[in-house]
Amino acid sequence: MSLTHDARVPVRTASGVQRPALRGWPEIDNPAAWIVAIVLLIMPLIANGFFLIEIFATTLILGTIALSLMFLAGYGGMVSLMQLTVAGFAAYMVAVFGTSDNANISLGWPWWLAVPMALALATAFGSLGGALAVRTEGIYTIMITLAIGAAFYYFTNQNWAIFNGHTGINNVGTPRFWGVNWRADIPFYYIVLGVAALCYFAVEYISRAPFGLALQGVRDNPRRMAALGFNVNAHRVAAYAFASFVAALAGVLQVWNYRQISPGSVSVGACIDILIIAIVGGITRPIGPYIGALIFVLLRTFALDFLVKIGLDGNRFRLLIGLGFLAIVFWSSDGVIGLWQRWRERLSTPRSSGGRGHG
Amino acid sequence: MLKGSVGLIALSSLLLSGAAMAQEKIKVGVTATLEGTYTVLGEDGIRGHQTALNVLGKKVGDKELEFIIASTDATPDSAVRAVRKLIEQDKVQILLSPLSGDEGIAVKNFAKTHPELTFINAASGAQETTFVDPAPNFFRYNMDGAQWQVGLGKYAYENKGYRKIATVGEDYSFIYTQVFGLVLEFCGMGGQVTNRQWVPLGTKDFASVIAALPDDVDAIYLGLGGADAVNFLNQYQQAGGKAHLMGGSIMIDQTILSSKGNAKNALIGTLAASGQADTWEDPGWQKFVKDYQDAFPPNKRFPSPSLLATNYYGSTMALILGLRAVNGDLSNNQEKFKAALAKLEIDAPNGKIKLDSNRQAIGTNFVTEVVDDGKGALFSKVVKVIPNVNQTLGYDPAVFAKIGLPSRSVPECKKY
Repeated sequence: MSLTHDARVPVRTASGVQRPALRGWPEIDNPAAWIVAIVLLIMPLIANGFFLIEIFATTLILGTIALSLMFLAGYGGMVSLMQLTVAGFAAYMVAVFGTSDNANISLGWPWWLAVPMALALATAFGSLGGALAVRTEGIYTIMITLAIGAAFYYFTNQNWAIFNGHTGINNVGTPRFWGVNWRADIPFYYIVLGVAALCYFAVEYISRAPFGLALQGVRDNPRRMAALGFNVNAHRVAAYAFASFVAALAGVLQVWNYRQISPGSVSVGACIDILIIAIVGGITRPIGPYIGALIFVLLRTFALDFLVKIGLDGNRFRLLIGLGFLAIVFWSSDGVIGLWQRWRERLSTPRSSGGRGHG
Repeated sequence: MLKGSVGLIALSSLLLSGAAMAQEKIKVGVTATLEGTYTVLGEDGIRGHQTALNVLGKKVGDKELEFIIASTDATPDSAVRAVRKLIEQDKVQILLSPLSGDEGIAVKNFAKTHPELTFINAASGAQETTFVDPAPNFFRYNMDGAQWQVGLGKYAYENKGYRKIATVGEDYSFIYTQVFGLVLEFCGMGGQVTNRQWVPLGTKDFASVIAALPDDVDAIYLGLGGADAVNFLNQYQQAGGKAHLMGGSIMIDQTILSSKGNAKNALIGTLAASGQADTWEDPGWQKFVKDYQDAFPPNKRFPSPSLLATNYYGSTMALILGLRAVNGDLSNNQEKFKAALAKLEIDAPNGKIKLDSNRQAIGTNFVTEVVDDGKGALFSKVVKVIPNVNQTLGYDPAVFAKIGLPSRSVPECKKY
């Protein structure tokens, strides 16, 4: 699995340590990052309800789930296919502890109790799954986590007491306080943006913090790290716990977004979608999953319309989606991020500027 | 590095101009299961929809109807996503959606968040959709799964002499509703349902299900549809199954009867009930069959329209007739249009349909038997026609409410 081993780690040099703390964030002196941030902030002014929620908020939610996979795969070398399952578990827990149309299932707790409960349970669930998976490597980790995802899908599909089977749970309550309906398009967009930004910077920060560096050490050479006195498995389980928390946050947003949750949302296909998003975007940097998610959402939403518009049979729209992903992975094994990076390197070689490894 | 951001801004301004376009037409969003287990059902539904447009035209007064189709995969989440896309991106004013049972429950709930729009159910048949907490802007011109089973239990008991049956069905709301209708009537006559097996939608391996089928029953009822039904039949035939079969409304349907291979021959003689019968002699039905056959080349359609084509035809017909009744007037949150729909009576191919106070169809049901036409094609032949079937199946509403909502174990096998 070479793709899990080439995350570019900006290891701080001795001189870097003395720089002010803020200099550690590569975004600070990158104008493109600032422009993206501003565009995201003023998005409600330029995009209407559909693009705001169905495209951009959905992108940020899926991107955050994929970010948790990127964190595990890129920094920990563990490809976990259960990140969507953890998110789905959190979503189900919000529906079960909060309010919904299924009064015999939902406990009717207010959102500020239901959400922390859901986050805690989902994090515990993810850590438990991680504890099972850390004893394996490479393809076996993929298989164990995929098995957890598949088992959870079939369980929700057939369990009527808690998960309400194939019908799922409808009309899940969304928060309203301070006189604001937080599920209305614009407030919801900002919640999603806030959570996504928080997760993004948390991952970025951890990748440089001692824990993140140790995790990358574990990824590159577990035996040596063990010899140095690090508890390898504990580091990995902790990484799963953190990634599960990130995924769980996104899961809560997802159930608020659609106001319903059913097994289709946690199917094996959807688990694989998260992997596709992460791979297409690139798992070397935290921005990758978000780019992958944007491409995924755009293709999923518009492939059918696009085919019909150019006069082809709309039924083949899945083919177009597949071809799009194939093309990206074919031209660049490390996703869109890799393409971008190579393009920039080609631009900068004549000027021979090798200062910043990160941009 | 600026280029990327400029591109993003250009993209967003593009989105803006798209949203600001004026609307002269009446836009209608249609969803169908064009993916997953029920793909063939969704495709034939769309054929029924197009047949209706061929017959009735796309004009209402001086306004043109524009239809936008979105795809789902029979899961409630995909239906809500598709409907949201149609409303928010394509700005449709009316929805013809959805196809499958659990989709219907989810879309009905979603309809409540858009009270200004009108939702016409395309084909879904779960009881809960219109029976529990119905949405005032959701109209269903097809009967539900239980109504589609009316007559089956009685016919099986009286004319076939079945006393004990077992059921195998897909584990979701529409099939629960179908089994509900069957059990209520069959057990009401004095019959016994000894075993109910449920398999997840999209099951491919039926070996354990087939092995667990009981031997000491007179017949086995199959509530499967689409790819699941074909998979079951193939494996049932390979396992040497020989029991008498009874079928649900999407099991004994052209989507299965015209599938490739000879596994479907196990269905010859199977007793079933549905909202239609392929060989009904009614002129309205015969005309619909001919319109359907003329609209598509033989290799791009079934020999005769499936239940889904009929439902989509009926709902499209209701949509167009309702719009004509108000001359395309959708002002004032479509109030006039909704009122017209509520009292609309349509001459659907499968009999007259009118709505009850929950905006649920009251219509005609058919008990059928599968026959071979001599050339290898299978059709459902009508053996009994039951007019005026309502949602409480002729029960007093108070008694009916006590039975409970259809689920794996409701109703109990007894006389209510």
